[in-house]
Amino acid sequence: MNPITPIINGMAITFKHMFLKPVTLQYPTERPKVAARFRGLHALNVSHDKAKCVACYLCPTVCPAKCITVEAGEDANHDKFATVYEIDMLRCIFCGYCVEACPVDAVRMTGEFELANYDRKDFIYSKERLLEKK
Amino acid sequence: MGIEILGLPMMYYIAMVAKVLVAFVFVLLTVAYATYAERKIIGHMQVRLGPMRTGWHGLLQPIADGVKLFFKEEIIPSQASTFAFLVAPLIALIPAFITFAVIPFGGVIEVAGYKIPLQIAAYYDTTAGQVFDVNVGVLYILAMSSLGVYGIVLAGWASNSKYSLMGGLRASAQMISYELAAGLSIISVFMLSGTLSLTKIVELQSGMGGFEWYLFKQPLAAFIFFICSLAEINRTPFDLPEAETELVSGFCTEYSSMKYAMFFMAEYANMVTVCALTVTLFLGGWNGPLTAAMPLLGPVYFVAKVYFLMFVCMWIRATLPRYRYDQLMHLGWKVFIPIALVNIVVTGIIGYFI
Repeated sequence: MNPITPIINGMAITFKHMFLKPVTLQYPTERPKVAARFRGLHALNVSHDKAKCVACYLCPTVCPAKCITVEAGEDANHDKFATVYEIDMLRCIFCGYCVEACPVDAVRMTGEFELANYDRKDFIYSKERLLEKK
Repeated sequence: MGIEILGLPMMYYIAMVAKVLVAFVFVLLTVAYATYAERKIIGHMQVRLGPMRTGWHGLLQPIADGVKLFFKEEIIPSQASTFAFLVAPLIALIPAFITFAVIPFGGVIEVAGYKIPLQIAAYYDTTAGQVFDVNVGVLYILAMSSLGVYGIVLAGWASNSKYSLMGGLRASAQMISYELAAGLSIISVFMLSGTLSLTKIVELQSGMGGFEWYLFKQPLAAFIFFICSLAEINRTPFDLPEAETELVSGFCTEYSSMKYAMFFMAEYANMVTVCALTVTLFLGGWNGPLTAAMPLLGPVYFVAKVYFLMFVCMWIRATLPRYRYDQLMHLGWKVFIPIALVNIVVTGIIGYFI
């Protein structure tokens, strides 16, 4: 078995690769392209200046990680709405079942993926914080 | 004429000291930026970018690394042999740098009327009209490069850690195996040159526009010497003394802060020295076109050749995985030493008849 040629072939490969365009993404300055159907942070859809959510409890029911907390209330028009809508991002597995389950298209997922925080309680996203993401 | 010391004017001494300082600082800077070049080159060979954040394209990275290591906490293991533990990095570092003293990096230049040979341990005798240098330069280099392993063995032993000890033992075994083959491959060069003085060896390679290089007369010896040198200075693919996958970090497992940096400097300084030695012995040293007319071109050619070989070292590192320990021993004792011995015999026979 000739031990020299594989070494030379390998050296040729590494030399050629030196002139290829690096695949590195310079992250904070260069942003990755997020796919259209990326499952990132949730957002509550808004219609006529209020959340579309009707507090039907389908999303906490379907959620495999049990991370969604919903409490229902009644507004002036006797319509059901969510007084509390919280998602615990530490438990969420970003499966998107809540979006699939929603009958009124009230919840969607955005391309937001930078979810780091300094405190554990900051990971519990309240209704207000979820609404902010338009 | 000014002040004279030992019959030589003051200017001469100043020029000599300046030469030593320039050479030393240049080697130090090369060592620092070799780390940067290595990370960049290997990065690009792996289709990455390498350091990009510190300075323009990461150019300040070696300085940042140095400052960081300098301010790191100094940790001495409680069970370690303190004195040996402290002195080991120095023993590794100093031989790596003093080896450079006998390598000629240029011809004779004239500064303020005094002829100064561009080699640290050399002087120009005006009455004899020739350069005198250490006439056993190669022997000196072999001696110093084998001293370097003491630092590594001592570091491994003094750390009182099994990984360090294994690293140190491997380093010494590897050194013994490869020093032999490297030494034997240089012998065939001496058989052609008839001298151990590095200046003379460079002069002998000056003719024929580069075709007098010993690389063309002794290709096998050049190949063996370069590979064995890689093994001697513990570079990939022979970096078994610090094999991360098996030995955490080998002999420098217990070292931190500046002492760790010293081992790294020693490693890169050894790489510079070994490349410089290969250039001197096989690639015609500082010889190149127009050096007779412009003596300052000599160091330029020398540095270019050394940098090329250092690039080859990094290229090899980016390409080859680490050898297994038995393969390493097999390669040293059963491949390189017999080939080097045969090479000596063949050189002898051809030299006898021509």
